[in-house]
Amino acid sequence: MDDIKVNQNPKLGSIDRPNSYIGRSLPRENAKKHLDGGGQFVDDLTLPRMVHVAFLRSPFAHAEIKSIDTKTAKLSDGVIDIFTAKEIDEVCKPWVGVLGHLGEMRSPEQSPLAKKIARWQGEPVAVVIANSRAQAEDALELIEVDWLEKDAQVDMETALDPNAVIIHPELGNNLFWTRTVNQGDVDKAFKEADAVVETTLDFARHTGVTLESRGIVADWNKAENKMTIYHNGQAPHMMQHIIAKHLDLNEGLVRIISRDVGGSFGIKVHVYPDEMAVTAISKKLGRPVKFIADRLESFTTDIHARCHKISGKLGVDKNGKILAMEIDDLSGIGPFSMYPRTSAIETNQVLNLSGAPYVIPNYKAVGTVVFQNKTPMCQYRAVGHPIAVAITEALIDKAAYKIGMDLDKIRKINFIPDNSYPNKSPSGVPLEDLSHQASMDKLLEIMDIKEIDTKKKDDYEKGILSGYGVISMCEVTNPSPLFYGVGGAHISSQDGASIRLEGSGAIHLSSSITEQGQGTEAIMKQIAADQLGVKLESVRVTLGDTDATPYGGGTWASRGAGIGGEAVLKAARKLKDNILNIAAAIMQTDKESLDIEDNNVVRKNGGEGISLQKLAETVYYRGHEIPKGTNPELLATASFLIEGIPFVFTNSAMGCQVSIDQDTGIIKINKFWAVEDCGTQINPKLVEEQIRGGVIQGIGGALFEECVYDDQGNMQNATMADYLVPMAYEMPDIIVDHVTTNSGRSIIGAKGAGEAGTGGAPAVIMNAINNALKQVGAEVISQPITPEKVLKALGKI
Amino acid sequence: MAANNTLSISFTVNGEKFNNVNVPSRQHLADFLRSQGFTGTHLGCEQGACGACTIEMDGKAVRSCLVLASQANGSDLKTVEGFDDKMMEQVKQSFLKHNAFQCGFCSPGMLMTTKEILLSKKKLTREEIRSEISGNYCRCTGYQSIVDAIEECINEVN
Repeated sequence: MDDIKVNQNPKLGSIDRPNSYIGRSLPRENAKKHLDGGGQFVDDLTLPRMVHVAFLRSPFAHAEIKSIDTKTAKLSDGVIDIFTAKEIDEVCKPWVGVLGHLGEMRSPEQSPLAKKIARWQGEPVAVVIANSRAQAEDALELIEVDWLEKDAQVDMETALDPNAVIIHPELGNNLFWTRTVNQGDVDKAFKEADAVVETTLDFARHTGVTLESRGIVADWNKAENKMTIYHNGQAPHMMQHIIAKHLDLNEGLVRIISRDVGGSFGIKVHVYPDEMAVTAISKKLGRPVKFIADRLESFTTDIHARCHKISGKLGVDKNGKILAMEIDDLSGIGPFSMYPRTSAIETNQVLNLSGAPYVIPNYKAVGTVVFQNKTPMCQYRAVGHPIAVAITEALIDKAAYKIGMDLDKIRKINFIPDNSYPNKSPSGVPLEDLSHQASMDKLLEIMDIKEIDTKKKDDYEKGILSGYGVISMCEVTNPSPLFYGVGGAHISSQDGASIRLEGSGAIHLSSSITEQGQGTEAIMKQIAADQLGVKLESVRVTLGDTDATPYGGGTWASRGAGIGGEAVLKAARKLKDNILNIAAAIMQTDKESLDIEDNNVVRKNGGEGISLQKLAETVYYRGHEIPKGTNPELLATASFLIEGIPFVFTNSAMGCQVSIDQDTGIIKINKFWAVEDCGTQINPKLVEEQIRGGVIQGIGGALFEECVYDDQGNMQNATMADYLVPMAYEMPDIIVDHVTTNSGRSIIGAKGAGEAGTGGAPAVIMNAINNALKQVGAEVISQPITPEKVLKALGKI
Repeated sequence: MAANNTLSISFTVNGEKFNNVNVPSRQHLADFLRSQGFTGTHLGCEQGACGACTIEMDGKAVRSCLVLASQANGSDLKTVEGFDDKMMEQVKQSFLKHNAFQCGFCSPGMLMTTKEILLSKKKLTREEIRSEISGNYCRCTGYQSIVDAIEECINEVN
């Protein structure tokens, strides 16, 4: 057992006891299958009589479908049938992507296939079912559609203008949702401020680019009235409900199986029209149907994220104390709000999270979300965080520069103090168990700002522009029912775990949390073995199957460890209690005198114990040997949910140092530091990898990634050769450290850790770049910060 | 129709012989291998940009999405399922130790690139390792753990 990290949660017992696995960086033995080519991804599945589909997708951002002629295409080799909206709508009911708890949202009904009008380039319009994907694609070319191209509303900034193209005439305009937060009196506070700074930032659209694309195999078994769906999603029970609801099936007879998932990051938690069409086709044909998105389909139909323009204003007094903050955010979400989580959440998070680490007595935030003819936009990793953190931290840097204060000092004097929790964010969101002060102190320990500042001055003398930034942020994790359920979505905020001792002495654990590579299975195993007192290798885990796991929400919003992990802990403790009760009866002693170590019930005072295998054999095969009245249950189930607050927040502090090539505009991130406080770390290595992976996705958004559209709504770079993702060469090593403030909401004390990197990196990189550019009076305000934008800022082009 | 043309080819995959197999003339090697059950070869972009489908063909790393199956006639192919020699077992242990993968989708291609690095016997710096693997996309790890694993392998092999 290498790399022991001290477990700082006293509720979990001593790290020195046998089978103490929580807090240790153990390798994911279960994941070795991926190195042997043995993963089971959706596309690896072949079923008897399985057919394949290819979708005819709108080539236009906005067009009327006057007619579709499939006669010739139907005669193409291998074609089984071709469906349009008419046939699919016979078995699948439309949906509406609105929720009830955030004020009025207006989004029209959406069906799997577009009916009279297509509203984004890539919207599915017809579907060919054939014996192979290649044959289905051949037939696509033979379908004749009479299109009438319409003007497209591409630009979100003109979407509410009087002469805008109205995408849904029945709504009267292109407004989806708006929200205003108003705490205190910002106008009065700005008048009293000694310094007021303002900025406006742009965030381009980018997308998840999971290496494994979206995929589904739907298998309708008419004889059993059962629908089995193999899906690379994140929330099996949510999909079970939705497929049953819209296909009018018995929900209990819909089974969702999510085996290995090749990355998701929020992309795969939504309901996609093409996937719903696939389930409808299986229902119609009574055959298994496979759909695997190709990369072009991924770029034009996976949800996009960001697409914000945000203005902000910050007022401080002469000592740097923040008096007021005001933001106004505009976001464009494509032509429909996604189902069932809605496309309002990113803006809602921007309003909730801006200014969140700081005491800001007067806070006003306005969010406006509009429709446009682009790919639908919805929740992707670190929902809203990059925008909220970047606007907050950019304003704070500006204020520091204006009043001549150090970048770390202005933050330190404005933090909500670590000893003042429970507290509230400037927007009024409850916060607890956070450590901005301790985390910034830790960051400044590992990142020597004075040395970096000295180097910056030396660099400048040599003609090199270098700079640095530090930021703090709050991270939304472990959501409660107040996130989605309260608004009417059938998305479980509770998760369950079921654990049993089997006749062989093996432990089987199942959880409603799913695995997409984060290490869910590994940490669940560590918790169960740790709490039960068994060797790690004796626990096997089942995830991702609605027929085989407890009911629950799945993996999204960094909820696996904190919610699902607590359920495992509780279930393991229950099972241990049951085992010790039985053992006490068999051994004729008090339960309190017994414990479990290394798969054996042991007497705390020494003396002969009993192995779990023997105990299980006795209970299962020779139950008559157990004293009468003993509860023989070797199975325990528990669940957990966050109550009373919307989320368990995590906090993070980050720093980075960059240099800029003034001739090419190329930015080099030389060093990056991240300090995360996610409470108990079940497996510190896996936590660090969440931070690193997250930071790299944040760097992608900050410097490279953009879904580029022309003014007709055509995506210009929908290939992996044209859309820039972070590759190894440009990425820095990232130094990760921790502060530990356990969540008081659970025994395990864990909070989430998956969002911070992606949420914070864009802010700290932009601040570092602007710190460098400030030396020559330049500034960048638009992400991705491309070399071209840098050269423009430098006045070189 | 041209789309239905097939060609008869012979080759080996991980030492297993395939004699006179009919392959569609337009099918790429990755699709063909997957259709034969070698599903460890993954497809991420089908245009040679992501590196997930990288396999070994006659001792060299190739993007199997950019090679037609028919071009494999007479070739000796090796996929991730066949990476079982001592050196590759060591590489896998190193990947596991450093958590040099999360979802595992990029791993087959990343392992092939690692194999090529190790066979070159070059003593690479971290920056050079980053350059060597910059044709393999990983969305999960942020690459640092992969660089750690490969760096360790280079030290052990040399």
